[in-house]
Amino acid sequence: MNGKGQERIVKKKRLEPSRLVEEHKGSSGPYRIPRNQVFQDHRKFGFSNIMLVLVILFLFMPLFVVITYSFNATRGMRWNGFSLVWYEKLFFDSKELWRAFGNSFIIAITSSLVATILGSLAAVGIKWYKFKSRAYIQTVSFLPMVLPEVIIGISMLIFFTAVRIPLGMFTIFVAHTTFNLPFVFLLVSARLDEFDFSIIEAARDLGATEMQTLVKVIIPSIMPGVMSGMLMAVTMSLEDFVITFFVSGPGSATLPLYVYSMIRYGVSPVINALSLVLILGIMLIALLFRRFLKTIAASS
Amino acid sequence: MKGFDVTVKDVSRAYGSFKALDDVSIEIRKGEFFSLLGPSGCGKTTLLRIIAGFDTPDEGVVLLDGKNILPLPPDKRQVNTVFQSYALFPHLSVYENVAFPLRLKKVPATTLDAKVREYLHLVQLEAHMDKKPNMLSGGQRQRVAIARALINEPSVLLLDEPLSALDAKLRQNLLVELDHLHDQIGITFIYVTHDQSEALSVSDRIAVMNKGKVLQIGTPYEIYESPATDFVARFIGETNLFSAEVKECVPYEDYYMTTLDIPALGTTIKVTDYDNLSVGQHVSFTVRPEKLKITGDMPTKVGKDINLFKGIVEEPIYSGFQSKYYVSLENGTVIKVIQQHANYMDEGPDIDWKDQVYVSWSAEDGYIVEVVDR
Ligand SMILES: Nc1ncnc2c1ncn2[C@@H]1O[C@H](COP(=O)(O)OP(=O)(O)O)[C@@H](O)[C@H]1O
Ligand SMILES: [Mg+2]
Repeated sequence: MNGKGQERIVKKKRLEPSRLVEEHKGSSGPYRIPRNQVFQDHRKFGFSNIMLVLVILFLFMPLFVVITYSFNATRGMRWNGFSLVWYEKLFFDSKELWRAFGNSFIIAITSSLVATILGSLAAVGIKWYKFKSRAYIQTVSFLPMVLPEVIIGISMLIFFTAVRIPLGMFTIFVAHTTFNLPFVFLLVSARLDEFDFSIIEAARDLGATEMQTLVKVIIPSIMPGVMSGMLMAVTMSLEDFVITFFVSGPGSATLPLYVYSMIRYGVSPVINALSLVLILGIMLIALLFRRFLKTIAASS
Repeated sequence: MKGFDVTVKDVSRAYGSFKALDDVSIEIRKGEFFSLLGPSGCGKTTLLRIIAGFDTPDEGVVLLDGKNILPLPPDKRQVNTVFQSYALFPHLSVYENVAFPLRLKKVPATTLDAKVREYLHLVQLEAHMDKKPNMLSGGQRQRVAIARALINEPSVLLLDEPLSALDAKLRQNLLVELDHLHDQIGITFIYVTHDQSEALSVSDRIAVMNKGKVLQIGTPYEIYESPATDFVARFIGETNLFSAEVKECVPYEDYYMTTLDIPALGTTIKVTDYDNLSVGQHVSFTVRPEKLKITGDMPTKVGKDINLFKGIVEEPIYSGFQSKYYVSLENGTVIKVIQQHANYMDEGPDIDWKDQVYVSWSAEDGYIVEVVDR
């Protein structure tokens, strides 16, 4: 006990340091996002490698075959030498096919645009406002996603006939918009789940009017979700066969429908040629979109 | 002093039947670092949102520089907020986040660039200006939020628990930075926190709130040393708090020497007080743990104004610069004592678990908190 008047005797020990610890620098210095994934080495000829090769072969052999035979000089599976005759036919003698391609394109763009606008607004409405039928609307809007396509196709057909709308481009557009809607809705909803509402107040606080807040803050920050929803919608619309089959009319065949009708009279190598053109076209678009997608990803 | 004074007058705000703010009145002076301190749910954010313009009170007015600002929308008030969640715009870079208010005002490009850089420099973020907010650490995000709120040159800066999401050490650093920033800019800061040590260390004055009411407004030391209510005494720092009854009150130098009967201690104690309390009044008595002395031997100087108790150490808690002891007195009541370690101690503190000790304090070091019946 100190403080009793006698002199204080301080004896000091020196202890061996158990280990040296580097002084931790506090707040400064760049922050690194921790990367948790650990890659492991594995044997070169293990089961997984063999499976990988087999699966890749299985997936890509058909494509490879199709591409190869698009350069065949004749029909059929016998190789009769290299030729571009089918490409010539595709580009200069396939008016019907290009019409179908054009139809597909128009439908994909218009239906995905409308679905994106409606789906985004629906997601915003359901996330931000409280009203009675909220839960029902949410459930019902997922129906087109879980119902078999045949059912949707047939019911649409029955509906259009009942209200006497002639089958054609318009009915295809309506059908595609309908089945695209839930996907856009889902993707935008997911984006809104992590939406930080205080940024709206922050914008107002910093001097933005309500309109400026909408245009400069709310829309840009949910844009990534909207864009991915739209890309999804375009893809699904381009490749849809079943539903389109039921609601298309004379002269409104989309590319999948047209290709199917061609195949019924035997596989034309023109389709092989078309496959390669489409693959290259999509790869080009994908490459162009990559940069765009990267900027989106960076902002998410 | 730059900045405006803020007057909150008789403000009430209810959500349904629940009163989030109950007749709150606060006068905040020009250029003051003012803290709203209280446990979570006591209405601090609600009051801040009313000042910022995101909520309107059911009753009362808010004056900024003497003018009622309640009719103005948030974008027309000379007040900016640093939000608890930072609220950075995720699609904009650090630079563009800070530039946002200037772009809205259509500030010419060269002026804008110079100003944004100046404020990024102020919060030491020039090196990160091209990053998106999600690439920054918590402390850096916080600083972006502060720069963004300051660039409009508001008269009042509102900060809603700006440090609560950060770890303890960073919190200390940022707190000091905030204090420097306040000295540099000189505008009024209204700082919301539930952390009493934060509030004590930087504020010019503090309003302690609980359940929608303001309990006490004062400087940090007033609030710590002279708490107005039991709640304030318990919420700020640590204390020993007892209910007591006045036995005797006689003039003593400038004060009154009051004798209190404290049932929990099983005896009477002496305390000096400004007021001449009448015998039989019920009061609360408090004495802070660090004002108690703990000794192994009977202290030599036991005067008239010393309160002395014998007890057993139930739980010594050593934390480097100090030790806290829970001492069980002879009648079973446990009292907290804090001992500062000002000297080098080779073998650690002398007082150990189950030691018999003496606890004492002088009559000047106790405080009568609240007169329960007046
Ligand atoms: N919009 C609201 N609707 C209903 N109750 C609310 C709302 N906002 C706040 N409250 C309630 O008001 C009280 C005070 O909230 P708040 O001011 O956020 O407290 P603090 O910021 O002090 O933690 C809380 O009990 C909270 O539940
Ligand atoms: Mg709060």
